[in-house]
Amino acid sequence: MLDHPEDFGPATFSGNRGLDQEEPPIFEIGRAETTGVDIDEPAPFASRLGGLERRRPIGLPGLSEPEAMRHYVRLSRKNYSIDAGLYPLGSCTMKHNPRLDEKMARLDGFADIHPLQPQSTAQGALALMEELARWLLELTGMSAIALSPKAGAHGELCGLMAIEAALEARGEAATRKTILIPQSAHGTNPASAALLGFRPRVIDAGADGVVSEEAVAAALGPDVAAIMLTNPNTCGLFERNVVGIARRVREAGGYFYCDGANFNAIAGVARPGEMGVDAMHLNLHKTFSTPHGGGGPGSGPVVLSERLAPFAPVPYLARAGETLRLVEQRQGTQSLGRLTAFHGQFGTFVRALAYMLSHGSDGLAQASRDAVLSANYLRVALRDVMTQPFGDRTCMHEVLFDDAFLEGTGVTTLDFAKAMIDEGYHPMTIYFPLVVHGAMLIEPTESESKRSLDLFVATLRALIASAKRGETRRFTGAPRYAPRRRLDETAAARKPVLRWSAA
Amino acid sequence: MRYLPLTQEDRAQMRAAIGVADVDELYADMPAELLLDGPLDLPRGKSEMEVERLLGAMAQRNLAASRAPFFVGAGAYKHHIPASVDHLIQRSEFLTSYTPYQPEISQGTLQYLFEFQTQVAMLTGMEIANASMYDGATACAEAALMAHRVAKRRKAVLSGGLHPHYAEVLRTISHFSGDEVVSLAPDVLAREDLAATVDESVSCVIVQMPDVFGNLRDLTPLAEACRRHGALLIAVFTEAVSLGLVTPPGEMGADIVVGEGQSLGNPLSFGGPYLGLFATRQAYLRQMPGRLCGETVDADGRRGYVATLSAREQHIRRDKATSNICTNSNLCALAFSIHLSLLGEAGLRRLARVNHANAVNLADRLARIAGVEILNESFFNEFTLRLPRDAARLVEQMAEAGVLAGVPVSRLLPGAGLDDLLLVASTEVDTTEDREAFVAALRGAL
Repeated sequence: MLDHPEDFGPATFSGNRGLDQEEPPIFEIGRAETTGVDIDEPAPFASRLGGLERRRPIGLPGLSEPEAMRHYVRLSRKNYSIDAGLYPLGSCTMKHNPRLDEKMARLDGFADIHPLQPQSTAQGALALMEELARWLLELTGMSAIALSPKAGAHGELCGLMAIEAALEARGEAATRKTILIPQSAHGTNPASAALLGFRPRVIDAGADGVVSEEAVAAALGPDVAAIMLTNPNTCGLFERNVVGIARRVREAGGYFYCDGANFNAIAGVARPGEMGVDAMHLNLHKTFSTPHGGGGPGSGPVVLSERLAPFAPVPYLARAGETLRLVEQRQGTQSLGRLTAFHGQFGTFVRALAYMLSHGSDGLAQASRDAVLSANYLRVALRDVMTQPFGDRTCMHEVLFDDAFLEGTGVTTLDFAKAMIDEGYHPMTIYFPLVVHGAMLIEPTESESKRSLDLFVATLRALIASAKRGETRRFTGAPRYAPRRRLDETAAARKPVLRWSAA
Repeated sequence: MRYLPLTQEDRAQMRAAIGVADVDELYADMPAELLLDGPLDLPRGKSEMEVERLLGAMAQRNLAASRAPFFVGAGAYKHHIPASVDHLIQRSEFLTSYTPYQPEISQGTLQYLFEFQTQVAMLTGMEIANASMYDGATACAEAALMAHRVAKRRKAVLSGGLHPHYAEVLRTISHFSGDEVVSLAPDVLAREDLAATVDESVSCVIVQMPDVFGNLRDLTPLAEACRRHGALLIAVFTEAVSLGLVTPPGEMGADIVVGEGQSLGNPLSFGGPYLGLFATRQAYLRQMPGRLCGETVDADGRRGYVATLSAREQHIRRDKATSNICTNSNLCALAFSIHLSLLGEAGLRRLARVNHANAVNLADRLARIAGVEILNESFFNEFTLRLPRDAARLVEQMAEAGVLAGVPVSRLLPGAGLDDLLLVASTEVDTTEDREAFVAALRGAL
């Protein structure tokens, strides 16, 4: 038995490692004439393509159905997933995705309806959107909602556009061009602001990890359009000065955009509307458990305060008695315009509503409290062996450590994360938030049992003890038991190969 | 609650370990007045059976495409999806994973995205493609923003054949970003002279193929005009199946090709989630928005894949990023890629021919109805009818008769004086009986 097969070249002749089977790209197994879809040639007819018929081969490979099944099943087994284990990615809120939600989204009456069929034939879909809107407005305590944004960052654009539209209506759009953003914010915040021509200005958090009212007051001026604050923030802390900050920003003529990425800590417990929020996006794939599919789709409805409500994008819902209709044109309104081709991520709306109906308001509040309880349970269970950048304080639904505890071990944050892979865990979020050196942000969510949390703690404690004992190779050589060892990201970026080509 | 594994006993033990008597002590940082003191005006939790009953009743109130002769298109198309596509995308490891931040345990996602990028580049006739965007309309807007960066100019010219919703999305963003947009008048017959609009102030011309009215056109002369003036040609498509039969924009000289990928593998789903396709030339690689996957090797020298060139992206570049887009339409891209792998070159070409054949057949039948005129000289699977009366009311009337006849142009372009125009799409799912039912219902309604 070899201790480290990788030192001796391929451990098997086939390249497979038991259940972990190698799978080449479709281009190396498919053939142009093979197909997994039986389609008859049409009867001869006179083409009306205006002479633009494709003349050259496309080069697409085809797979029969068994080949396709095996290709994608093998690929799927090279992925970690929440259904397989704890996925503690801080700020990503990887919670259980109920399969009921998938089943509901696939009902013919939801999956098989067209966005432009007569609205009279889609009243059930519009009623679902109205019901989803009611839930989200009640949970947030806000006045209006834009369902159409396609993802969190798209929601940020929507909220900032509503703010700019309101400033235009006040005649201050040209002068108020600054947006205050804490250093710990997601990168999408400054990117969204810059895309719309705003100037992001960084505000620093205090030594306690949260933004102070004074820091905001000092940055406010007639040039400030808005503040973008994530609350709870990405350091796992509730911005406890939020009410005062909102008041100061409003008094100075600005608006309060709240990044809702961390709503999972407070849904059903407190309402952003009561904190003075003017606009906030909700990540349905986070708080409301719609699966993220390896990176999308997302869905980012935006709730708006009374003073931003008139600027909501089209389409939006209007009700006349029993009949619902979508207002699809902005004419004659102050609407900021259109952001998507159709009505947003409807299939995701179905999943989110199914999730909320299942939980109910009582269940959602319990879920938030369980998420916070679990994060604090991890904090307490690990605080004697890991280090916290802002001292040992109660956290919200995620707990932030830094890498100071690895000092002198020769193990980096990345090494530590990769060693977790060998232990069967997806690593926590590392290097984010940027304000903390060697950040390790752990978010267990409410989906974990106590047993699962205890096993995770035991594993982390064992790893830390190993690092302290100087067993560096366990970390620098990790992962060993993943479908791939560490990948050369530098080479990938230096000479990008972004498509397959025949060798 | 069936989704929450903690028992009351667990919670008590965890509170004891933390040292709090009540979980709300953990919310001590929250000003007390913010903590809700009463229940929200929302119902309590429901069993799985109750939720099924409730949502099932809502779904029943919609007329599903499968229950009617169906000819609605204009940017979203009803196609048959092989059963294995939906089965595969519901694999837990695809469905319930996150963005591939740890490539060693995300090779499934990364490899299929690499395959997807290659397929999209091949289909569009371009050199490279990204790993998908939100939808066709937002991909189109991102293409314009990219063209502004490349050309260092800020004026986009939009063809009058561009889907009006795509044009609106771009106008919305441009209004707030301070870029200029020139929109040409609705161009039902594809007779506008786009080449004449290009000069040294223009960063890009955006033209759709087939256009929203269904027309096909040779983009080569326009591409040449753009090149002469240092502008980029952005070609948009809303029906990916058309690329199986029609010369791709890349071969006609387009600089960026964007489109909607819903047609392959993704259900109509009332408008989303869909996926934006985005392809361009290698030279513009570092100006591209969105996520990219690249091939590399691991520490053992084995082939593997990573998310790459993230120095363009917001999580590193923040306000200097090429785009604020952080997520993509991964699962929709997977469905697209599986469907396309199943079709293969031969299957896609046959599928496209059947679409075109059915549309030609329908157009010929409709043209025989007195007072009905087909406006297109060329089309793929969608065309424009001129009717002797208001199209929107006619569509409502036909829907009552159980036929979903198409999209009235007035729904997309109200007030443009095009109230007698109807967009009609036919795909492989339409049977001869469906087309006959359409013809009969239209005769009856006129």
